[in-house]
Amino acid sequence: MINNTDAVKLIDSKRTDSVIVPTMNANNVGFGLPSVTSNQDLDLPLSGAMGKASNLGLGIALAQPDRKVMVLDGDGSLLMNLGAMVTSANKAPTNFYHFLFNNKVYAVTGGQPIPGSECQDWEGMAKAAGYAAVFSYDNLEDFTTGIDEALAATGPVFIHLSIEPQIENTPVQFRQRSPRTVKMAFDEVPAALGVGSD
Amino acid sequence: MTTYDSVLHPPAIIAELKKNNITHVVWLPDSETNFMYQLLNDEDSLDLVPVCREGETMAIAAGLWVGGKKPVVLIQNTGIFESGDSIRGLGLDINQPLVMLIGYRGWTRRGPTPDSAARYIEPILHTWGINCYLIETDDDADRISIACEEAERTQKPVGVLVGTEFGV
Repeated sequence: MINNTDAVKLIDSKRTDSVIVPTMNANNVGFGLPSVTSNQDLDLPLSGAMGKASNLGLGIALAQPDRKVMVLDGDGSLLMNLGAMVTSANKAPTNFYHFLFNNKVYAVTGGQPIPGSECQDWEGMAKAAGYAAVFSYDNLEDFTTGIDEALAATGPVFIHLSIEPQIENTPVQFRQRSPRTVKMAFDEVPAALGVGSD
Repeated sequence: MTTYDSVLHPPAIIAELKKNNITHVVWLPDSETNFMYQLLNDEDSLDLVPVCREGETMAIAAGLWVGGKKPVVLIQNTGIFESGDSIRGLGLDINQPLVMLIGYRGWTRRGPTPDSAARYIEPILHTWGINCYLIETDDDADRISIACEEAERTQKPVGVLVGTEFGV
């Protein structure tokens, strides 16, 4: 399995001017811990509206077709909105890269198991939904070797990652909050994209 | 059978969307909007984004908006009930100036209203502090412009309830 932070750092190292849409476990969004990415101006974390990260990323991908959009999704999140895979594949943005951080648990609520986590076939679901290309990695070495091929593929691309659970068990109201809120990100990202500067 | 001289035609809606420079219609079809679908497909200036469940629409619209586009969502009132967390987290909390066109299933012009989808929709929107306008005929269609202006001015979602089936 791949360490959560290592996965985010590797993806971030390949981002160039991509927008990254992380949610929940990925990039510590649900933990209130600092981001490990290198360009927060182009990070659009989503901590509300669970399950909608790929929808948000799809909208950006359609609006900014010349820029890669990397969604860092969770298995529990995506299961809340599984139809989103079909929605994304149907619109088929070539610049859309959907990473699934599969840790088999609800990490930010104490590590309860995801329903059906031992029998899900995420690669099969992504192929059946219509993604143009599907990749899967269960260790950092293979992911490091393979990520360039995945990001060179024409989207929509689905990249399944087997992630070590990183459990948070502090009640939400007592949890450290990220200094950069979702609202702040929504206020800042358009400027980083050059939107409204004409 | 009751008939009405004034009806709502899809071209009146399309004209309003074009007038307000709408770029994308994020939608899930309902029984009131089939004629609209044909026209939207034929309209080059509007990109149709179909979804599998209504709660997706606000998130896709948020992404389009951040990316510099001007979307609306078009769903049935039943879909608003399903979309609560998206409206909260990706409409109200981020101040998204989003116009939501909402099929008013069960609307009876304040007659007896057996359909709970119609009974609950306005109270639910008002509870969120979301203002809404009703359109039933072509003459009402310019309320979409009012909604667009209000959404931009207040930086909040605004509802437009489509209270009649579209005429052919």
